[in-house]
Amino acid sequence: MKKTERKKIIKGTISSNRAVRPDHFELTMEAPWLSKVSRAGQFVMVKLSDKFTDPLLRIPLAVHSKNAGGISLMYKVVGSGTKILSEQKKGTVLDVVGPLGNGFNDEPILKKKGRVAIIVAGGHGIIPLYLLAKGFREKNIEVKVFIGAGTKEHVLLEKKLKKTGASVQVATDNGTLGHKGSVVALAEEYLKKEKGEKAASRDIKHYTYACGPRVMLNALSKKLKKLNEPAEFSLDAYMACGIGACKGCAIKTVSGYKLVCKDGPVFDMRSIVF
Amino acid sequence: MDLKTKIGGVIFKNPIWTASGTFGTGEEFRDFLNLDEIGAIVTKTVTLKAREGNAPPRIVETASGLLNSIGLENKGIGAFKKEDYSCLKKLQTKVIISIAGETKEEFEKCAALVADKNFPHAIELNLSCPNVIHPEAKHSLIAQDASLTEEMVKIVKKSAKCPVIAKLAPNVTDIAEIARGAENGGADAVSLVNTYMGLAVDVQSMKPVLGNRVGGLSGPAIKPLALKAVWDVYGKVKIPIIGIGGIMTGLDAVEFMLAGASAVEIGTANFTDPVIYKTILKEFKEYLKRKNIKSAKELVGKLR
Repeated sequence: MKKTERKKIIKGTISSNRAVRPDHFELTMEAPWLSKVSRAGQFVMVKLSDKFTDPLLRIPLAVHSKNAGGISLMYKVVGSGTKILSEQKKGTVLDVVGPLGNGFNDEPILKKKGRVAIIVAGGHGIIPLYLLAKGFREKNIEVKVFIGAGTKEHVLLEKKLKKTGASVQVATDNGTLGHKGSVVALAEEYLKKEKGEKAASRDIKHYTYACGPRVMLNALSKKLKKLNEPAEFSLDAYMACGIGACKGCAIKTVSGYKLVCKDGPVFDMRSIVF
Repeated sequence: MDLKTKIGGVIFKNPIWTASGTFGTGEEFRDFLNLDEIGAIVTKTVTLKAREGNAPPRIVETASGLLNSIGLENKGIGAFKKEDYSCLKKLQTKVIISIAGETKEEFEKCAALVADKNFPHAIELNLSCPNVIHPEAKHSLIAQDASLTEEMVKIVKKSAKCPVIAKLAPNVTDIAEIARGAENGGADAVSLVNTYMGLAVDVQSMKPVLGNRVGGLSGPAIKPLALKAVWDVYGKVKIPIIGIGGIMTGLDAVEFMLAGASAVEIGTANFTDPVIYKTILKEFKEYLKRKNIKSAKELVGKLR
């Protein structure tokens, strides 16, 4: 277990906030300390209003990427909070609490030579996984990314991931980009082919990281369990505080309810009860 | 400027406290606040045995409010004492342990186990959690029945070695009648209000949003309702009132005290900003200074 940094309130200037897709935005903010200490899979709680009306609460957003001077957040405009965020101009000061949660565990890949990182994402589930993939590629580790989305317009970060040297395959529901069908089937097909006859062998070469809608993760976990593959999933839930006080973001696990904010958002696949 | 307030013989350094279920044991906020500045910390409700809590989703934001159905998730009084008491005892402020139970027996046993030498400084009886079932209550909540409220307080007072505060529900016809029940049972104070029962609907799935279907509403949406409850009880009982409900600013705290509260508890606001307590206390002090009020006590019930 890596040491978790103390949490802080960070007030950082927005250096850019632009649409990367019709309803997806990328925001970068100055936050050198957060950039230094936050890990892939961790998140921040973003304050959107001082009026305590709409929205009342902060919103949780994953750290998408980092540079020396700050972090970037990528988000889909889905409600009043993200709408307000999308309207924030360069130069505005953003108030975030972070870094929160436990990030992805990169040790299964780093500790064992020759392991391949498999990344499976549904929709904007790719947002926190980008930083993980980039980190692995910087260490020259083989990364296979599978991105699933409804249509071509909803596929995020394909080019950016390819630039890191990761191999990227896309599946869309309507076939407007890449393979037509489910991303789970695409990842399964790859793993099956890789493992060949030794489908249930103990020699594990891959380690999977996934994030996406609950139904997709459920389907993926069934396939991975059958293939005897290890994996960890990043989950989301309605969240009020982000720091473990409200106990609102509970998810069911084999050892009872756990909090997405404090015990997660990344959980071992086998511990999650779907 | 004198901020001190005395309730049940205990002197609190200021009348602004943190509400149960919104501040954990305080530890969750240690990175953000100097916990010793807080008037009192009311801990997350603890029960005799561990409770796993309700099925998710447990929370959803509504207009200016938060609807929750946590279901009193807690590790039980035994584990709580073992794991959290040493930290709580080190705090240079007052600690109020909130307790609840499904039956009289559970309340009685839990109250007896809470006591540990001169700790805690008070007990808050959660008679009003909308998210648990009370088989002995005529209605769904203990605090919807004045005589049952009286009886519960009496039972706890017998074993408690510290002041007992009864936390009341707003979903009642006459909250003053329930407050009188608590007073008759020997309560040292009443705190009001707990959350208002509510429902959020998902039109897509045509189901309630919350796993437990209904929940309790908190936040600024309920502030005028909570103020009215304090106002309705003030003057009807001799024991002090602790005001709770959507306090987000120092001036909100002033409003509650003017309506009759001797102290207030900050709840949902802690979720919006982990440092909000500090801001609220600062604004409260600034108000007293601006109005040239020497003692916070002078505010209590000044509303005409």
